Amino acid sequence: MKNRFFAGMAPVAVLSLSLSLFASSALADITIGVTISSTGPGAALGIPLKNSVELWPAEVGGEKLKVIVLDDAGDPSVATTNARRFVNDDKVDVIVGSALTPASIAVAGVAGETSTPHLSCSPVPPTISKGKWTFVMPQDAGLIARNLFAKMKADGVKTVGYIGFSDSYGDLWMGQFKAIGEQYGLKVVADERYARPDTSVSGQVLKLVAARPDAVFVGASGTGAALPQIGLRERGFAGKIYQTHGAVTFDFLRIAGKAADNTIFASGPAMAPEALPDTAETKAEGMAYVTAYEKRFGPGTRTQFGPHINDAMAILKKAIPVALKKAKPGTPEFRAALRDAIETGGPFPASQGVFNFKADDHLGLDDRAVVLFTAKNGKFEITK
Amino acid sequence: MIATFLIQDGVTNGAIYALLGLALVLLFSVTRVIFIPQGEFVAYGALTLALLDGGKVPATTSLLVCFGAIAFLFDLWSMRRGTDIRTFLRSLALNLVLPGVIYGITIVLAPLDLPSVAKALLTILIITPMGVYVYRIAYRPLADASVLVLLIASVGVHLAMMGLGLVFFGAEGLRAEPLADDNYTIGALMVSAQSLCIYGATIAIIVGLYMFFERTLLGKALRATAVNRLGARLVGVRTHLTGVTAFTLAAAIGAVSGVLIGPITTIYYDTGFLIGLKGFVAAIIGGLASFPITAIAAIGVGLVESFSSFFASSYKEVIVFGLIIPVLIWLSLSGGFHEEE
Repeated sequence: MKNRFFAGMAPVAVLSLSLSLFASSALADITIGVTISSTGPGAALGIPLKNSVELWPAEVGGEKLKVIVLDDAGDPSVATTNARRFVNDDKVDVIVGSALTPASIAVAGVAGETSTPHLSCSPVPPTISKGKWTFVMPQDAGLIARNLFAKMKADGVKTVGYIGFSDSYGDLWMGQFKAIGEQYGLKVVADERYARPDTSVSGQVLKLVAARPDAVFVGASGTGAALPQIGLRERGFAGKIYQTHGAVTFDFLRIAGKAADNTIFASGPAMAPEALPDTAETKAEGMAYVTAYEKRFGPGTRTQFGPHINDAMAILKKAIPVALKKAKPGTPEFRAALRDAIETGGPFPASQGVFNFKADDHLGLDDRAVVLFTAKNGKFEITK
Repeated sequence: MIATFLIQDGVTNGAIYALLGLALVLLFSVTRVIFIPQGEFVAYGALTLALLDGGKVPATTSLLVCFGAIAFLFDLWSMRRGTDIRTFLRSLALNLVLPGVIYGITIVLAPLDLPSVAKALLTILIITPMGVYVYRIAYRPLADASVLVLLIASVGVHLAMMGLGLVFFGAEGLRAEPLADDNYTIGALMVSAQSLCIYGATIAIIVGLYMFFERTLLGKALRATAVNRLGARLVGVRTHLTGVTAFTLAAAIGAVSGVLIGPITTIYYDTGFLIGLKGFVAAIIGGLASFPITAIAAIGVGLVESFSSFFASSYKEVIVFGLIIPVLIWLSLSGGFHEEE
């Protein structure tokens, strides 16, 4: 009985297997591998990215898109496995991801080794963004820092207390202070660290307040950035507080409540495309993305991170047709042509900025990719 | 002046760690389980309270129903060789009716703007039965396994509960409303009503546990199981019953800790683990056996944490978890700590 069942099933299995082989080899679809941290410590960043992939179009340049999304849990070794799977088994034409820096570095390694274009959705260190095959979607820390520091200078800030995550994100911003802080006349008088799951930052906050800085700079992301914000206001710190673009989420405002008022945030324009002037190059893409995203996932669900996925597609939409003229998808020639098209085909107006890559600049963004917000009554308002 | 703030902060956190440490010692001594997911009960408790504050029905209620249903299936499986109607009805009541009733109560009460104490009690009511089901699903089939197997099962339960937390609560943190909003000034100290609640609840639970172990038959049965499992069985203590009781107590303590800590910080689906680990440091210092030493050590952990966050914030976790090393060296040198088998 059992045997007969299997005997009956075998041809079906062979047929379906050969059908699927046929399908993947005969139709030259464009295959995109996306590895995202939708669980683990980067889930708050990864989930909006994963959601945004759902908004991608079904075809680009007349070719069908085949998108494979895998979860890497923010773990570099899983990200490496995912990237290898994309290249070896799925023969992808481009890899997108990941949401966390360590995982993106891992993906960039595989991309460089296998000559596959890679669009990173998290900032990466300069050694990685110099790589031939990797392009970076988010604003790099230097760009954001220059804008925030200029704002601090304009506000008359001379001494700064720093508090940030005790990880590479926290080090990143402290590094900016060390590198270019002096140019803006900023002196760091306290350097404190905490971890996102900490239950209290009272010790660090007391030390900050005791150092009497003009302003406090918080190098943290998501709702984790709200902990020192609340702590500082509870201890009666009256100076200005500056937050990075990692903290620009509605969850932050919800958690911090009144304590968030008058805080300055750097952000990408995609958080508030409505408030941009009609002349802004980022307005059209930003409006389209935010409208589609909030229609699907509910009002007030937009984030700083999701647009990077949209921007990756905005770039691909322009670059793929160029590459298609040179080679067929699924071949090394197409991957090389796509890489060249991304590097030289700019400018690409997208939701978070206008990308204009060059051979020696795979960050591609300029000041159009940064806006400054002030939090007022539970809302972000654009500020000058 | 700064020192008083730091001491106050350390004692507040230490009190929470003390509750967790006590729950860990209780579970280990009665069931030999090193219960890593204790922190998850805290996170579930805090997140449930935060959602109730928002007038929403917390996902933990449907999770509770699922847990109950799975536990019921486990019971059915173990009853497959025939059973009497009373066992069946008891299982039905405990695993299906109880979570159903709690689900109903929550749906009715959640949209009403309850006083915060009622929300806290509702949270504890939702979380506590989870201990029963976690025991039934993960640990009861392994009741006679070695400590190592139970520890590995704990890691599995921890990962499963954390994953469920991510699915049900999302990746972003939540913060609950405080039970009481007032602040009191005592000399130079400003004491918030919430931290008074924490001290009060911790002391009440410690006293309650003491009374339970000293005065009630069930408590004495738990102690007997803790001293010698086989011996307790021989004199007629039902070790499954003591196991269930210990897990229920642990879940309740976890829920209370969650209700207490939810309003003073932002809680994420994965915060519980770190809080639980700090309770674990205290429990280790107490040799996983002594309640009073664990409680005192927990306050010590809180103080060390708050002072190190002031003087060397980058090395805070290193200092806190480094505490465990000299203790382990001392315990292993003095040879006072032996595994049961």
